[in-house]
Amino acid sequence: MDKKFVYADNAATTKPSPKAIDAMLPFLYEEYGNPSSVYSLGMRAAKAILKARENVAAAIGARPQEIYFTSGGSEADNQALRSAALSGEKKGKRHIVTTAFEHHAVLRTCEYLQRRGFDVTYVKPDSRGLISPCDIEAALRDDTCLVSVMYANNEIGTIQPIEEIAGICKARGVLFHTDAVQAVGHIDIDVKKQGIDMLSLSGHKIFAPKGVGVLYAKSGTDISPLIFGGSQERGKRAGTENVAAIAALGAVIGDAVSGVSERTQRVRAMRDRLIDGILSSIPDTRLNGDRERRLDGNVNIAIDGIEGESLLLMLDMAGICASSGSACESASLDPSHVLKSIGLDEKRAKGSLRLTINELNSDEDIDYILEKLPEIVSRLRALR
Amino acid sequence: MDNKKVLVAMSGGVDSSAAVKLLQSKGYECAGATMRLYSNEDIGLDKTKSCCSLDDTTDAKLAALKLGVEHYVFNFSDEFREFVIDHFISSYLDGKTPNPCIECNKHLKFGKFLQRARLLGFEYIATGHYVIKEYDEARGRWLLKRSPDAKKDQSYVLYNMTQDELAHTLFPCGELTKERIREVALQNGLVNANKPDSQDICFIPDGDYAGFIEDNAGAQPKGDTILTDGTKLGEHSGLIHYTVGQRRGVGVSYSEPLFVISKDVQKNTLILGTKDKLYSDSLTAKNCNFIMLDELKEPYRCKAQTRYHQTAADCTISPLSDGRVLCEFDEPHRAVSRGQAVVFYDGDYVVGGGEIE
Repeated sequence: MDKKFVYADNAATTKPSPKAIDAMLPFLYEEYGNPSSVYSLGMRAAKAILKARENVAAAIGARPQEIYFTSGGSEADNQALRSAALSGEKKGKRHIVTTAFEHHAVLRTCEYLQRRGFDVTYVKPDSRGLISPCDIEAALRDDTCLVSVMYANNEIGTIQPIEEIAGICKARGVLFHTDAVQAVGHIDIDVKKQGIDMLSLSGHKIFAPKGVGVLYAKSGTDISPLIFGGSQERGKRAGTENVAAIAALGAVIGDAVSGVSERTQRVRAMRDRLIDGILSSIPDTRLNGDRERRLDGNVNIAIDGIEGESLLLMLDMAGICASSGSACESASLDPSHVLKSIGLDEKRAKGSLRLTINELNSDEDIDYILEKLPEIVSRLRALR
Repeated sequence: MDNKKVLVAMSGGVDSSAAVKLLQSKGYECAGATMRLYSNEDIGLDKTKSCCSLDDTTDAKLAALKLGVEHYVFNFSDEFREFVIDHFISSYLDGKTPNPCIECNKHLKFGKFLQRARLLGFEYIATGHYVIKEYDEARGRWLLKRSPDAKKDQSYVLYNMTQDELAHTLFPCGELTKERIREVALQNGLVNANKPDSQDICFIPDGDYAGFIEDNAGAQPKGDTILTDGTKLGEHSGLIHYTVGQRRGVGVSYSEPLFVISKDVQKNTLILGTKDKLYSDSLTAKNCNFIMLDELKEPYRCKAQTRYHQTAADCTISPLSDGRVLCEFDEPHRAVSRGQAVVFYDGDYVVGGGEIE
C-alpha cells in the first residue's frame, strides 16, 4: 500500500471543521469589534458570543447563564477546582476527592492546593481503568468541599460512572465537578439529568479551534475568577473574549452532540477492528483499559519490548499520527501516570500506543495502520 | 548516490549548532535531535524551578529553526539513569573515580542516539566533538585523531568507539579551533554563540559530587585516615569526599605535604602518603577497545593518558587475558586512579583505551 496520511490522534486535537472555520472568518476580517463596545460593530460581536453561549448551554442541558468561556479545558479545570477550594475554605472545608488518573490540569491544581494546606484524596481506578462509586463515597469526609472525577479518561478512554458518583455527591451535599473534555461529542451529556455541578469542556477536541473552552457551573455555585480585570463573563473571567474561537465552538457543538449513538456506532466498529487486528497480528500486546466502557474511538495497547518514542517516530515516517500517553505528556520524561495507575509497570507503560480515531477516519485508514504497525513493531523488536 | 542524511546531536550549545552549518556547506542534508537525559527531579533539584534540561532543548530548537533543519527530541532518561548516573554512583561508592562522559558517549550518543538515527533513515550522526576521523586505507580502518586545538581535544572520551560507529559518525568541528567555531556561529546568527561551554558533569551542575552521591546513597561512614606505613593520622569524613592525587582538605597535618594515595573501600580507610608514593610504574586496564588495531596481540610502544587533560606519557602496552591490557610507563606516572580511563596514543592517533583497574 502506498504511503498515506492517517490522523489517529483525535484525543490530542481534532481537525477544525469547515463549519468552524466559516464561523470564525467574519470575526477575523470585518467583524473585529470588541464585544464590550457600545456601537453596533461591538454589539454584533457580543451577539455572536451570546449565540454561542446558548448553543453550548443547549448542548449539555444547561442554561446560558451557567456557561463561562475560558481559554480551554485546562483553564476550566483550574477554575473549577480553585473556586470550589476557595468556597470550601470559607466554611472550613479543606478536603478534595479526585482520582489518580485525572488530567494534569486537575492533578497539578490539587498539588498546588495541597501546598496551600488542603487535603486531597486520590481514588485509584481498578485495573480496567474504572473508578468505583463506592470508593468515592468511602473517601468523602465532613470537610470535603469537592469531588472531581473525569468523565472519560484521555489516555485509555474509559468512561466513568458519572451519574452514580454525582448522585452520591448530591446526597452528601458535596459539590461535583467533571472534566468532560474527552467525553463531549462521544457520550450524551445532560448536566441537569446527570446531577453535574461543574463541567469542563474544550473546543479543539470537537472540531473547533484551539484556545477556547467552557466551564459550566450550576447557578448559585460560588465561582471565583482566575484572571482579574474587566467584567467579561459576568466578572468571572476578565479579558477581551476570543470572539472568533467562541463563535466557532458555538457553531459546531450542536453537531458534535447530536446523533451520538449512530455516529459512535460506526467509529466503534472501526475501533474494534483495529483492536482485534492489532491483538491478533502482533504477539505480546494487550489492550489497556476496559473494552466495553470505553470511548468509541480510543485504542490503547501495551506492546511489549518496544519504546513508545521510537514507535511514534517510525509511525510518523509511515504517515501515521499517534501518541504514547497523552500529547501533554510527551514533554515529560515520566511514563504515563494513567497507565501506572491501572497497574502497568514502567516498561509496559512506556511501550504503550494510543490511537484515537473518529468519524473522519475511514476503513482504509484502519487497513493501513494494520498493515504498517506490525512491520514497525517487529523491526523495533529486532533491535533488542 | 550516497545517502548524505545526517542527524546532528544538538545540545543547544555552540559546537553542535555550528556543526550543522558546516555540514550543510558540504552538501549534507541535516536534521537535529536533542537527547533529554534527566529532569530536575532526577538530579535533586526542585521541580518547580525552571528545568535546565528543557531550557537546553529550547536553545537547540531555536538553533534548528534558524538553520532551517528539522529537530527531534529523544527521551533517553531511563538509559541515562541506568548507564550513566547509577554507574557513576556505584563506581564512586566502590572507591573509583569514574568518567561519566565516557559512559554517556558509549551508551547514549553512539548507542541509543545512533540506533534512533538509523531507524529514522539517517546514514550518519554528527556531534560537536573536537576530534578528527580519518580512513586509513592501508589498515582498512577508521582512525580517531586529536583535534588541532589541543585545549579542546576530546579524543580521550571517545576511545570506546567501534569501527561501525566511526563509519557512521561525522565530527565537523574536529578540524577547527574553538575560536573558528565561535566565528561560524556568530556569522550565522546562531543565538547561542556566546553561551558558555558546558562544564564538568552535566547532571551535577553545582559540582558537588559528594553531595550528589549522599543524596542518592545516603551519608557515608567516617573512617580512619592512615599513612602508607599504617600509622593512623586521623579520621576521614566518608571516602567519597576524596580523590586520588588530592592534596588539600585531607584533614591532617604532617611534616611533609600528604596526598591521597588510595582508598580502601573494604576497610573504609583513606590512605595518604608523600608525593613519591603517588607514582606508579604500571597499570592494568579492563574492558579495552582498540581503534587503530583490531586487537592488541603483542607489546606496542605508545603514549598513555590517564586523565582528560594531561600530557600523554611514554609507555609499552601488552595484552593480558580477557581483553585486559598491561601498561608499563617509561617514567613513573602520577596519580593513576581506579575507574578513570587510560587512553593510548600513537602520535596524535588514538590506539585504544580501557578502564583502569
